[in-house]
Amino acid sequence: MSHPANATVFLKDKARAKWHDDTLWIVRQKRDLTIHQIPEWEKLRELASQIKDHTLSKLDFYLEELEKNATANGIKVHWAEDAQEHNEIIGKILDEKNCKAIVKSKSILTEECHLNPFLEDKGIEVVDTDLGERIIQFLKQPPSHIVMPAIHLKKSDISEIFHEKLKTEKGNVDPVYLTHAARLHLREKFLQAKVAITGVNFAVAETGEFVVCTNEGNADMGVHLADTHIACMGIEKLIPRRKDLGVFLRLLARSATGQSITNYNSHFRSPSPGKELHLILVNNGRTKQLAREKFRNSLKCIRCGACMNTCPIYRRSGGFSYGSTVPGPIGSILSPGMDLKRYSTLPFASTLCGSCSDVCPVKINIHEQLYEWRQEITKAQGSSLKGLSMKLANGIFKSPLAYKISGQLMRASLKTLPDSVIYNPLNAWGKGRNLPDLPTESFKVWYTKNRR
Amino acid sequence: MQKNALHIGLFIPCYIDQFYPNVAIATLELLEKLGCKVTYPIGQTCCGQPMANSGFESDTAGTTSKFIRDFAVFDYIVAPSGSCVLHVKDHSPKIAKLQKNQEYVQSHIYELSEFITDVLKVDSIKGSFPHKIGFHASCHGLRGLRLASDSERNEPVFNKTLQLMKDLQGMEIVELTRKDECCGFGGTFAVSEEAISVQMGKDRLADHTDKGVEIIVGGDMSCIMHLQGIATRDKANVQLMHFAEILNQVIS
Repeated sequence: MSHPANATVFLKDKARAKWHDDTLWIVRQKRDLTIHQIPEWEKLRELASQIKDHTLSKLDFYLEELEKNATANGIKVHWAEDAQEHNEIIGKILDEKNCKAIVKSKSILTEECHLNPFLEDKGIEVVDTDLGERIIQFLKQPPSHIVMPAIHLKKSDISEIFHEKLKTEKGNVDPVYLTHAARLHLREKFLQAKVAITGVNFAVAETGEFVVCTNEGNADMGVHLADTHIACMGIEKLIPRRKDLGVFLRLLARSATGQSITNYNSHFRSPSPGKELHLILVNNGRTKQLAREKFRNSLKCIRCGACMNTCPIYRRSGGFSYGSTVPGPIGSILSPGMDLKRYSTLPFASTLCGSCSDVCPVKINIHEQLYEWRQEITKAQGSSLKGLSMKLANGIFKSPLAYKISGQLMRASLKTLPDSVIYNPLNAWGKGRNLPDLPTESFKVWYTKNRR
Repeated sequence: MQKNALHIGLFIPCYIDQFYPNVAIATLELLEKLGCKVTYPIGQTCCGQPMANSGFESDTAGTTSKFIRDFAVFDYIVAPSGSCVLHVKDHSPKIAKLQKNQEYVQSHIYELSEFITDVLKVDSIKGSFPHKIGFHASCHGLRGLRLASDSERNEPVFNKTLQLMKDLQGMEIVELTRKDECCGFGGTFAVSEEAISVQMGKDRLADHTDKGVEIIVGGDMSCIMHLQGIATRDKANVQLMHFAEILNQVIS
């Protein structure tokens, strides 16, 4: 997995890459407009950050509170150490219900756990009911963005997919027409499913309830028609009190899409009479991240996707270029904790511009953690070629004489070498850029001559 | 010069020393015109940022120790680069033996425009610069040193560099579509992620040239070197300058 290689491919289609950049920039702008209507925005971010820091510092306590209170409400609580256990718990419940078709509303956790292929191998039909998720499911693609999973596709792409899968009119790109077709198709699936799976945006320890936020109402539709609701959450999706919810709901929608509030914020507290409600608490590497002091606060993430929309690299390379379930800046600090070798290029897929940290509604210092992961990765890689050149550089920079000589040599050789050597294909700087015009002397030489 | 003038250690980042001596000279002269005594420690080399940002912070102890020894003797340390100043403040490795001096250096090092506004308490520089300019906000100065408000946060609008230029006669500052998006330089990112780096630079340039900007003004020559490199290659009709060059020119 190499981010630069994937990004280079993405940028080959210039028009499409520009469209992708502009589309996500519009989302960023919508976010900017709404946050400026909230004078206390920065205070809200600080408050959310502190609530999450506090929760993470007593995560064990709050998780047990949640389990106790949820159980008292009639929710069946399960603990899953990893993705495998998470999938098996769901598989077992489905077996018990003899269920062969489920509906699912968007859950990045089930993506992380690769639930769909697990269930499909068992002969169970899985239908993602979020419109964007359904579209990419038709294409057998993973989401390219955690909030807008099909943001990499254009209307015309969707029209083609729906023509093939849902028999819509060829060439009809009218969003209302296409959405209506999806609606009819999904209704049918909703009516057939006995079990509905959802993610969780926030679980409240104090009350043992949880909240699911969707814009399409698809979580509610699935849950209310099914006999069994299985909700899956990473153990970090916890807040202590119900009154903390207001802070996060105000931040989430504004950061994610620029809406003042998500269309449906559905609270689930106990099963309806005669129905079952399951809550699966998944670790899958989260306690390991909690133990890493420098990276701990990445677990504050509420999955709004704002860091993706603002990231100039994400916008110009697309979600797939990251090769991880969660792409973009936040993904680049979460994924190395899961597999340092596989995701070793991700912390370098950044200019450390810091925009991600400043849009983050819970104030995760994303770009500083990218910097810290770089230090970890180079340590793990040992002395690579780049490592040697950096050691050499330190040797040059700690000695004024070595610095002076190497600088003179560099300027001399840049002057005498032909352009064909300087701008060869191996010189990545020169592919799309010229080098600066060389001065006759360095400042150091000028200063010595004129000021000493 | 006043008798009790502040004694400034002039920190000239390595690529400015080698490629842009005129920016270094402008910085030196500008500080002197503003009443400071300026010394350039002749043995200085680099702050270590290129290595640290590539993941080799621990290998920069030698470079960092040298930096501290060169600069701890001055009232203030000033550099025409937000990026290198941020590195010295935030990312240089802790040198236990030089702890006190390191803390002194880290709390007395300033980027040029913030030094002029915050320490010298100069509100603005008077003069004339009849040009249409676009301002390139370099990220490390913007979001690291907070030299200006950024577009991400909901905070009162300010910009220390532009504040110094606000009274220049005849100067028009163009409003950009993306006022503080990164140019894509990013140190070794410029070569390790070459494709995106160049695309980001092209996009940034277009934001200025589409609006008829004559001169793109910035505070970090690393960003300007990258943007200039693309502008030259693409034969874009725009000039790039460090703000120190402008201020030093108008004040004479």
